[in-house]
Amino acid sequence: MRVNFTVNGRPQEADDVWEGESLLYVLRERMGLPGSKNACEQGECGSCTVRLDGVPVCACLVAAGQVQDREVVTVEGLADYAKHRQDTHPGGGCASGACGTTLDEAKRWQSKPTDGRAGEAAPLSPIQQAFIDAGAVQCGFCTPGLLVAADELLENSPSPSDQDIREALSGNLCRCTGYEKILDAVRLAAARQEEAVQS
Amino acid sequence: MDFLRPASWEEALAAKAEHPTAVPIAGGTDVMVEINFDHRRPEYLLDLNRIGELSEWEVGQESVRLGASVPYSAIMEHLRAELPGLALASHTVASPQIRNRGGVGGNLGTASPAGDAHPALLAAGAEVEAESVRGTRLIPIDAFYTGVKRNALEPDELIRAVHIRKADGPQQYSKVGTRNAMVIAVCAFGLALHPETRTVRTGIGSAAPTPVRAKEAEAFLNAALDEGGFWESGKIITPAIAKQFAALASGACNPIDDVRGTAKYRRHAVGIMARRTLGWTWEQYRGAGRTLEGAA
Amino acid sequence: MTTYPKAQNVPAGTPTKITQGSPTKGGIGESTLRPDGTLKVTGEFAYSSDMWHEDMLWGQTLRSTVAHAEIVSIDTSEALAMPGVYAVLTYDDLPAAMKNYGLEIQDTPVLAHGKVRHHGEPVAIVAADHPETARRAAAKIKIDYRELPLITDEASATAPGAVLVHEGRDDHHIGHVPHPNIVHRQPIIRGDADEAAKRADVIVRGEYTFGMQDQAFLGPESGLAVPSEDGGVELYVATQWLHSDLGQIAPVLGLPEDKVRMTLSGVGGAFGGREDISMQIHACLLALRTGKPVKIVYNRFESFFGHVHRHPAKLTYEHGATKDGKLTHMKCRIVLDGGAYASASPAVVGNASSLSVGPYVIEDVDIEAVALYTNNPPCGAMRGFGAVQACFAYEAQMDKLAAKLDMDPVEFRQLNAMEQGTLLPTGQPCDSPAPVAELLRLVKARPLPPEQEWLTAGSEGTSVDVRALPGGLSNTTHGEGVVRGVGYAVGLKNVGFSEGFDDYSTARVRMEVINGEPVATVHTAMAEVGQGGVTVHAQIARTELGVNQVTIHPADTKVGSAGSTSASRQTYVTGGAVKNSCEAVREQVLEIGRRKFGSYHPAWATAELLLEGGKVVTDGGEVLADVADVLEDEAIDIELEWRHRPTEAFDLRTGQGNGHVQYSFAAHRAVVEVDTELGLVKVIELACAQDVGKALNPLSVLGQIQGGTLQGMGVAVMEEIIVDPKTAKVRNPSFTDYLLPTILDTPTIPVDVLELADENAPYGLRGIGEAPTLSSTPAVLAAIRNATGLELNRTPVRPEHLTGT
Repeated sequence: MRVNFTVNGRPQEADDVWEGESLLYVLRERMGLPGSKNACEQGECGSCTVRLDGVPVCACLVAAGQVQDREVVTVEGLADYAKHRQDTHPGGGCASGACGTTLDEAKRWQSKPTDGRAGEAAPLSPIQQAFIDAGAVQCGFCTPGLLVAADELLENSPSPSDQDIREALSGNLCRCTGYEKILDAVRLAAARQEEAVQS
Repeated sequence: MDFLRPASWEEALAAKAEHPTAVPIAGGTDVMVEINFDHRRPEYLLDLNRIGELSEWEVGQESVRLGASVPYSAIMEHLRAELPGLALASHTVASPQIRNRGGVGGNLGTASPAGDAHPALLAAGAEVEAESVRGTRLIPIDAFYTGVKRNALEPDELIRAVHIRKADGPQQYSKVGTRNAMVIAVCAFGLALHPETRTVRTGIGSAAPTPVRAKEAEAFLNAALDEGGFWESGKIITPAIAKQFAALASGACNPIDDVRGTAKYRRHAVGIMARRTLGWTWEQYRGAGRTLEGAA
Repeated sequence: MTTYPKAQNVPAGTPTKITQGSPTKGGIGESTLRPDGTLKVTGEFAYSSDMWHEDMLWGQTLRSTVAHAEIVSIDTSEALAMPGVYAVLTYDDLPAAMKNYGLEIQDTPVLAHGKVRHHGEPVAIVAADHPETARRAAAKIKIDYRELPLITDEASATAPGAVLVHEGRDDHHIGHVPHPNIVHRQPIIRGDADEAAKRADVIVRGEYTFGMQDQAFLGPESGLAVPSEDGGVELYVATQWLHSDLGQIAPVLGLPEDKVRMTLSGVGGAFGGREDISMQIHACLLALRTGKPVKIVYNRFESFFGHVHRHPAKLTYEHGATKDGKLTHMKCRIVLDGGAYASASPAVVGNASSLSVGPYVIEDVDIEAVALYTNNPPCGAMRGFGAVQACFAYEAQMDKLAAKLDMDPVEFRQLNAMEQGTLLPTGQPCDSPAPVAELLRLVKARPLPPEQEWLTAGSEGTSVDVRALPGGLSNTTHGEGVVRGVGYAVGLKNVGFSEGFDDYSTARVRMEVINGEPVATVHTAMAEVGQGGVTVHAQIARTELGVNQVTIHPADTKVGSAGSTSASRQTYVTGGAVKNSCEAVREQVLEIGRRKFGSYHPAWATAELLLEGGKVVTDGGEVLADVADVLEDEAIDIELEWRHRPTEAFDLRTGQGNGHVQYSFAAHRAVVEVDTELGLVKVIELACAQDVGKALNPLSVLGQIQGGTLQGMGVAVMEEIIVDPKTAKVRNPSFTDYLLPTILDTPTIPVDVLELADENAPYGLRGIGEAPTLSSTPAVLAAIRNATGLELNRTPVRPEHLTGT
């Protein structure tokens, strides 16, 4: 079947989709957006969390056919989404139209001294920067889903209590960090957000 | 596999009539797991997401007509006053992401004994609005669960809504799992006080082949409260009554041993939850209850 | 270069300041940020499951549905006939004489040969144009099994006439094991435990059971194999040790190692679970057979069968102590279930036996550890392997002894704590700081978290926050039945590969001038699995070479082996290799400098010279030249191997030998609240104190300690793979029923870090990754025992155990 929907503000079309495919599969294997992660495919880990018409959902549990005519935001579009939060039409994400991470892209990756430093690469959303700064990223597999979930938390609740943060992120498993640095990162993003509002 | 995308309720009914084996999919939180893990390959998937009315609810005089796809997160947020037991149960469902997608219709359609909504529905009192091209019928919740993962729906029927009696008194819901969030019930217990009729109703989850009410426990408690004049006096329920109620609730279980827990533990835990939820609701009835954070 | 103070002169608890190399910004000791951080938060970091290639096929594995059976027949014809299917391979299609692989013993068939030995063993593989096509094809393969009797525990493994899990063993352990269904046995005898027992005023005995834990890394096994024109293959994969994989892959493909070119893709966690081969060989076989790139991605269900787990164990302990609290002796027997294939079982036996006494002084011991071959799921490496199981048992024993002697459990431990110079049961002296008593003091000295934090007085009266209570969001208690408990534990873990293994790493470091600035490139085959090795390598290069710009080259097999990212060894060993290669590069830079500019300044010949801020400076701080002027167009490029001190094998009868390189110590205090009626546990706080020798990156150190602590907590209260003893089948291979702690289950984890240098290690550092996983579990158990008064000899603790149901 064919599915048309919007991803990170850009209209997308997928053809020859098998009816049993999930939104996650379509994003990862057909749209070239592998940022949403395939850790459990049963809605238990939150690594594939995306916004579906603004609502955080597990992309692995949305049938591809269900996203027809709907809007999806993935981690790849999170920085833009955060930037244009108020706009009705968020700016284009980084959907390239090509599929997946190509080998060439993978081979070309080399860490640069600027990686991880603020201000020198493409601008990140506040929650993305806070995850780097607070040491909330280790293997990073849970990170995209946590970022989407945490960004939505701060959108609706600018100064959450620790228990509120824990509840909002209780659907996102992390196996590396023991969650302490993830809590730190959300606190940090909230504090920076507050500072920005006050100044 | 075919993906059917009806744009209206009528189209959905027609599709279901034409393809009775079609598997309805709304939140996808059960169906997609089965597909992803290759446990199920339905011939037809019947997508209900495009039918907006399924995500709506109406608050009436006696009851709430809850669309089958109203997500748990909306029940928690908007229906705490009318459906406190179901709101509490909704809050125990999986994770925020799942609560944003899943709804009571799916819980009923799957009819797993571990479904979180069932004990709350049983305790509150509800009817399932099932419809097919042949017509509409209301199935009392007590008659809905017919076996392990089986329900009273006909092959051509779809769940359109659930009519749940508005709370006329305090309701509580507890669920045991071996994790503090995102856990399938080892067992669960729902309890609703109905001061208007001076009755108590209950629901037990995951401790029998189907969700069940603890009818003997209810009958005992109804009689004891009546005889002791508790409804009028609002006095504290004596430990002996609570203990007997808990024992009868345990007795209503017919559980199995599985990877999530032993039958013996389930019986034991249901008794504890019965005693505690009775205590909490009764305290609320007396006006002495504590407020809750992080629940509902 | 300044040297750091001798460790033995440093009193326990005094932080050691180590400065070495130059104080370059972003050097060691700073919490520099991850070089891969930005890519990981934008979703662009390429994990092994993200790989994609034009025209690629999808591989699918068909696994056994029974645990032990003869394969009577396999019929693949229907699968092969399906449109979109490119290949279906079974054992008969394997191209080389070598058909097995294995870390130490090559006992694992690439595809089952005539027999399956555990539930979920790979029998056939399929390549097709879509994952669903591949799944449907796999389902069409017909296998006829004739089931065999099951070996599931020690009794069935060693019973007279027991079926042999592996017939005709010829590995190097068969000569010293008492039965062919025992992989390896390691006794350790020191002193005379029976004689010493006579001095004991109290003796405690216990039998303990440790459940099967899963690494449960979030990124499932996956990778992409691309056939190359020369008949070889390129493999992009998530692993812990590229070269170990390579040594197992090439022989079964029938290719020389230089035709199998491996590149590390993004690794979504490992924790020991990627030390063994999973889909690597299957993807290569399918790619070579079809001539097309083949991607394999396990789903979570398959992942539970795709890697080894932590050995479940039964441990029998006897300890004695005098009435003034001194340990007299210890006897123990540790039986580890290795499952159907050996994997890392021999090393796990070595650790379990040699670390079975824990961080305590006991001179008379009688120890035996064995690993079994059974038809249960194969078990191998997982964070703290062997030491974790033992720590759970000996720490329970310490509490029992303290209780029997009416002593404080922490003081009792401190009284018997090992220290620098203590002889371990293997006869090996501990030759670096061992601040066991101090770590216990630190966790005990912390103020306890306030009671009843779930209860808050608000404007509308008292309010209960169920999220802070046992049961959490499930609303099971509002305080009823909740009892607090506090427990302590401490442990020790060896660092690096032990028992005479040639444990080395290789680093290639290049220095050149680009756009007028000196730039270093560090190339190793180290698997970055999340631990932050790439961060630390850049820091080391900055410190040693005085550069700002450091590029970390992707890890691949074009450079020599880095050894495994396991056993807490990478910062020590590959960090050491990077440091060593940087020093060689620096020496060459200085040599060129002396040649070019030596005549201009006498300090070139007389002073100790450093590289700092892109310049050659004297140790007095005088600038002699810009590195850019020294090097000009010249690039220095050096690849060197580096080894830590050699170790020895343990004697097979007495267990004596200098088997370990270094030890790592951590202590925990757990504070729990238990709903004693429902048997539900909420861990409130898990305070940790650990000696890290030198924190090269303090933020990453905390991340390792907190992450390790939570994995230890997981196996205390929820994590267990449940194997049906009647069928040897896994009953809960999913994240619905194998429960990992969520952020709502997680306590606060305050950490005290000690930095007591090990003078034998680079920068004085100590491997840190595993130690916090050891003591976390027994501390939580101790706290639950403290709250409930129950004996609890099994982990994980389930509600049934706490309620007697």
